[in-house]
Amino acid sequence: MTTTLRSAPPARPEQEFQVTAPVALGDVAKPLPFIEKIFENAVVRRGLILIGLALIWEAYGRWLESPLTFPTFLDTMTALKDGIVSGVIPQRMAVTLQTLVIGYFLGLIIAALLTTVAVTSRIGTDLLSTFTAMFNPLPAIALLPLALLWFGLGRPSLIFVIVHSVLWAVALNMHAGFLSVSETQRMAGRTFGLKGLRFVLGILIPAAFPAILAGLKIGWAFAWRTLIAAELVFGVSSGQGGLGWYIFENRNTLDTAAVFAGLLSVMAVGLIVEAVIFRVIEARTVRRWGMQRG
Amino acid sequence: MSQTLAPSMQPLAGAQTASPLVSVEGVTLQYKTPDHLVTATYRVSFQIHQQERVVLLGPSGCGKSTILKAIAGFMPPVEGRITLKGSVIASPGPDRMMVFQEFDQLLPWKTVQANVAYPMLVNGVSKQEAADRAADALTKVNLAKFMDAYPHMLSGGMKQRVAIARAMAMKPDVLLMDEPYAALDALTRRKMQEELLQLWDDVGFTLVFVTHSIEEAIVVGSRVVVLSPHPGQVRAELNCDHLGFTERDTPEFGQLAKRISGMLFDDHAVAH
Ligand SMILES: Nc1ncnc2c1ncn2[C@@H]1O[C@H](COP(=O)(O)OP(=O)(O)O)[C@@H](O)[C@H]1O
Ligand SMILES: [Mg+2]
Repeated sequence: MTTTLRSAPPARPEQEFQVTAPVALGDVAKPLPFIEKIFENAVVRRGLILIGLALIWEAYGRWLESPLTFPTFLDTMTALKDGIVSGVIPQRMAVTLQTLVIGYFLGLIIAALLTTVAVTSRIGTDLLSTFTAMFNPLPAIALLPLALLWFGLGRPSLIFVIVHSVLWAVALNMHAGFLSVSETQRMAGRTFGLKGLRFVLGILIPAAFPAILAGLKIGWAFAWRTLIAAELVFGVSSGQGGLGWYIFENRNTLDTAAVFAGLLSVMAVGLIVEAVIFRVIEARTVRRWGMQRG
Repeated sequence: MSQTLAPSMQPLAGAQTASPLVSVEGVTLQYKTPDHLVTATYRVSFQIHQQERVVLLGPSGCGKSTILKAIAGFMPPVEGRITLKGSVIASPGPDRMMVFQEFDQLLPWKTVQANVAYPMLVNGVSKQEAADRAADALTKVNLAKFMDAYPHMLSGGMKQRVAIARAMAMKPDVLLMDEPYAALDALTRRKMQEELLQLWDDVGFTLVFVTHSIEEAIVVGSRVVVLSPHPGQVRAELNCDHLGFTERDTPEFGQLAKRISGMLFDDHAVAH
């Protein structure tokens, strides 16, 4: 210890101050200037990126001058507009969405049943984990040939692969969610006198909702991609094609601008569901409840 | 132990004339883990009478929470029995509401008001009455302003108050509290203790309160059950109804605290 190097802190007098009341300080929260506010808005920033991309696309398309391989942005927009105005794209989209909704909800119901069995019995748990371990790694599209064999060309085959793509991801997440519900909340629920199904509905499902919602999102993503791919592979059925078929059909007639329009539609639906519908659900549930930051 | 089952049998026994509300009789509680059988408490007996504030006091791990869980109906005793109003406790129920130490005991997806009203609605109380009783209970714990807030917007102390309001609104036979203030800062804890006693003055409920703090036990309790270290056994039952916040600096308070402290720390002398 070298005391010579360490000087004692200076002796300082004690002090007390009068604080200004917050009201007297004026606005504690001040609105940002307009321009700054606009750039704070993620939608505006991303919109600008999109406009930039469209400009590059248009320029490249014009320079390439090969509408067969790479139509310009404006050509694609025209094709998209024509497709929408003629009613073809909306109709194809409706077919796709209808199939999707049926398959998605069927998958959810089966997942809910399976998970309920899994949380109520040990055999159920073993069943679920074995099934998910076996089937989750299997790409749904790989089941399509088998589905065609069993259900023939048509909607049932598509629904079968969608159910497969949704089921395991959702069941896995739901089950993990149920297991992670805190002991305190379980005990609280039981002291209220909740038992059986009322306990599951009143405590387990809302408490596990962040995990369930994550499962729903993954399930949706799988289902959407699987369905478009499946439609591309075996296209039209019973005279009714979906968006995948629209893309395939236009490729055959070498209408590349319409192919691009179909791809944009696929993106648009995905974006709306993921960025709007699920966002709204999130904002109204897990974010409002403080169960997820955001 | 001689058991008195008939309430009218002993008019000479002074304060003990009424039959107990809750009776814990020779209760041994065990946990089964994959490779051990852990005995948490060994032949614990004590009684809780109407409007008493019984504190279970003991070192960490002595089985206080376990006893409370058993009274709540989550754990059947491997030996002995626990009765409520004369009938054996078999499962959890709304006649024994519990306040936990953890702040996550509130349901995050419900507003404060809905959290308090929910157990009543589950048990068939009408919507209107549940809302009235919830508002009343929240007013009593000074949280009427926060009815529409979600639990994650509240501080730890406020969450505990909501949990207490939720339990009180159910008008349970007995209120079970497991170290409800242990995770709070000292200032808030003190305030909460005062509020709890005030609430007891107003409403007059029956309370079982678990703590590992000697001071909290003496201040909050009317009777303290001192438990020995793991596995918990009853070491003493002491009266401290006459000691509260105002007596905190009196020699009597200090002496009792010292006596309890002696029991808790010199227990190896008693063990065999
Ligand atoms: N879920 C459990 N499984 C196994 N042992 C447990 C469990 N909970 C508590 N115990 C054991 O039981 C004893 C008493 O625990 P607890 O009642 O929580 O003590 P306290 O509340 O007095 O701190 C401790 O030794 C603890 O290790
Ligand atoms: Mg404990």
